[in-house]
Amino acid sequence: MQFQLPYSGLQWSDLPYVLLGVWNTLILTLAAATFGTLISIVIGWLRQDVPVARVVLAPYVDVTRSVPLIIQFILVNSSFALAGIPLEPLWVGVIVLSLYMGVLTSELVRAGLGAVRFQLKWASRSLGMSYWQELRYVSAPLALRTFFPGWIGTVIALTKDTALVSVVGYVELLRASQVLINRTNEALLVLAGTGLFYFAICYPISLYSRRLERTFQHD
Amino acid sequence: MFNYTFYWSIVWEKFPELLQGARITLEVTILSMIFGTALALPLSLWRRAKEGVGHAFATGWVELARNTPALFQVYMVYFGLGSLHIHLPSYFAMVAALTFNNAGYLAETFRGGLNSVPPQQLSAARSLGMSAFAAYAYVVFPQVFQVVFFPYVNQLNWALLNSSLGMIIGLRELTGATQAAQSESFRTFEFFIVAACIYYVMAKAIETLAQLASWRLFGR
Repeated sequence: MQFQLPYSGLQWSDLPYVLLGVWNTLILTLAAATFGTLISIVIGWLRQDVPVARVVLAPYVDVTRSVPLIIQFILVNSSFALAGIPLEPLWVGVIVLSLYMGVLTSELVRAGLGAVRFQLKWASRSLGMSYWQELRYVSAPLALRTFFPGWIGTVIALTKDTALVSVVGYVELLRASQVLINRTNEALLVLAGTGLFYFAICYPISLYSRRLERTFQHD
Repeated sequence: MFNYTFYWSIVWEKFPELLQGARITLEVTILSMIFGTALALPLSLWRRAKEGVGHAFATGWVELARNTPALFQVYMVYFGLGSLHIHLPSYFAMVAALTFNNAGYLAETFRGGLNSVPPQQLSAARSLGMSAFAAYAYVVFPQVFQVVFFPYVNQLNWALLNSSLGMIIGLRELTGATQAAQSESFRTFEFFIVAACIYYVMAKAIETLAQLASWRLFGR
């Protein structure tokens, strides 16, 4: 007797499901990039200007960078479950990815603020600017120039890392395509489409960031 | 809220399994770095050539490796090749996928390193009668080595963390072994905290060894 596995081929009606995956990937990326950037500005500024914060934050930064993201997702997911607060997979993703991006990007904020010449800071302070005025009108705009190209790089990395949230059950693009593969057994075709999508998002951005870096090198 | 009793002894019972997983993690990481380096060297030279088949091939490889998720690359090797009837065991699939990823990133690192050596040095070496191979091996690469050392170690750490994707295709590396061990008791939190500590120790060990090596080799 011969078994015929009941695979059904790809259909147009699969499109909404894939689009849902695309939408979920984009939502997660946007949310995590926004929160991550805000967190990174705070952490980066604290680590640059407040010595106590540097010591306090060091172990946190260290651990976030040396533990795989998958494990961070699982740990955050299960610790909220232990606390009796069941969390939507989307929020697990947003929390972990924003904190992760916050830590990675805080290095850029630090480097940016550190690259502002201290004579400039002294000059503005002696013109009567307060600490905050100096930060807002002198240091921050100058730091932004070194910060921006690197920031784009971390956004690309973030877009790719959203694929990992599938381990806690979030149906983003890669997870959606995995489900489709299970049904249709058309791994190569579906995966090629998925890869193309990520590539179409990340490649133009990385080209742009490379061009920016070149412009910033010249002046 | 928090009426949960932590139960650690069950983790220690399974600890040897986790360590076995950590060994596989290290194996996969190191193998993929060795193969990745071997591929990245010619890729970086082709990338530097301004045109030709080699340049197009290397550019395609580098951009694909850097602009798609590592998990996608793992799926591609494991499921994608599977539909072409090339069935790799998850161990080799993981090594292959990480090699692809490492080679792409390292090729760019090496290219940056090569660009930092003035081209006159290569011409000088060649005009002294060295073959192209000898000129690269004795003049260019030793200088490149110093520039790319820390980015290389960074990539090694990335590869270590990325190898955790093996869990998803059923490889029993550290994350996969942890996943399997916790599925008998559902003590997810305890198991994964311990796994996180093992990763931390491995990552720190790599960093420390690299720092020692750098003091020894370059005196900084």
